[in-house]
Amino acid sequence: MALSTTTDPAAPPLSHQFESYEEQRQSATLGIWVFLATEVLFFGALFVVYVVYRYLYPAAFMAGSRRLDVTLGAVNTVILLSSSLTMALAVRAAQLGQRRLSALLLAATIVLGAAFLGIKFQEYHHKFVEHLIPGAGFRLEGTEARPAQLFFCLYFAMTGLHALHMTIGIALLAGLVVFTLRGSFSPENYNFVEGTGLYWHLVDIVWIFLFPLLYLVGRHV
Amino acid sequence: MSEGGAAHVLLPEAHDSDVESHVAVPVWLYVVVYVALLALTASTVAAAYVDLGPLNNVVAVGIAAIKAALVILYFMHVRWSSPLIKLVVLAAFLWLLYMLGGALSDYFTRGMMAPSR
Repeated sequence: MALSTTTDPAAPPLSHQFESYEEQRQSATLGIWVFLATEVLFFGALFVVYVVYRYLYPAAFMAGSRRLDVTLGAVNTVILLSSSLTMALAVRAAQLGQRRLSALLLAATIVLGAAFLGIKFQEYHHKFVEHLIPGAGFRLEGTEARPAQLFFCLYFAMTGLHALHMTIGIALLAGLVVFTLRGSFSPENYNFVEGTGLYWHLVDIVWIFLFPLLYLVGRHV
Repeated sequence: MSEGGAAHVLLPEAHDSDVESHVAVPVWLYVVVYVALLALTASTVAAAYVDLGPLNNVVAVGIAAIKAALVILYFMHVRWSSPLIKLVVLAAFLWLLYMLGGALSDYFTRGMMAPSR
């Protein structure tokens, strides 16, 4: 690949504080990873709360988990893993300067992310109809109401925060499609695509843990 | 992959071929990782319906950890990243373990303290 000749006039130049594109790319990736470390701890705190209350109220967590829809949860897991594949391939296409392919794969990632959110809101609707929203109208037979509500508080807090991250990710991806088609990225500098990809994969990892911890508790009983 | 950047983590030497030194991961490898992730998803669902006692939790979290590791190493390219980035990734999960360990060593041992009074 001819390197020095691929730079588009619209492509971001080498910032003056860097000696090379490689150094610029390494710095960008490092910065995103430091941000992702804070995200790990941000979600991690909710996982700590989950483990403590599940330890204190195992029966309520099993009863609550059995009211979630495993099929929809599993389908959403597959959708999100597929979106991570299209995202990884979009970053690869950007790295190789294949703009149209990269834009197409970014758009596919948006569609998959939107499908995930659509199913998620459908699930929220079911929980609303089934009186599983914590509060005065909460009803779950055969359990102490308060710990069972705690499970659903955590369910909505964790999946809600995750869905918020997905929404931000979709907005970022939409911006990337526009910039990619404008030719704003080049094999020397596609750092925004790479960084957004890292963020998207981390949101995927959060779901990888949420799915078994929320949907698959006490299924064998 | 060239591992020569180890001594120049933040300030790698300027090569003539900055981009070429940063080789694209082949598509087949991404697809293999994707298929492995789908297979692990199927196994975690299947394992949840089998009564393994307390091992159900270990299997669920263990499979999730393997899936997360695959995403981090391949989709997020950490397998080919500089040692500095590997350090940040390790630190992130180490801090998470500290937070979990600190909180749980408190909650899980409260019952043991009660009989003394």
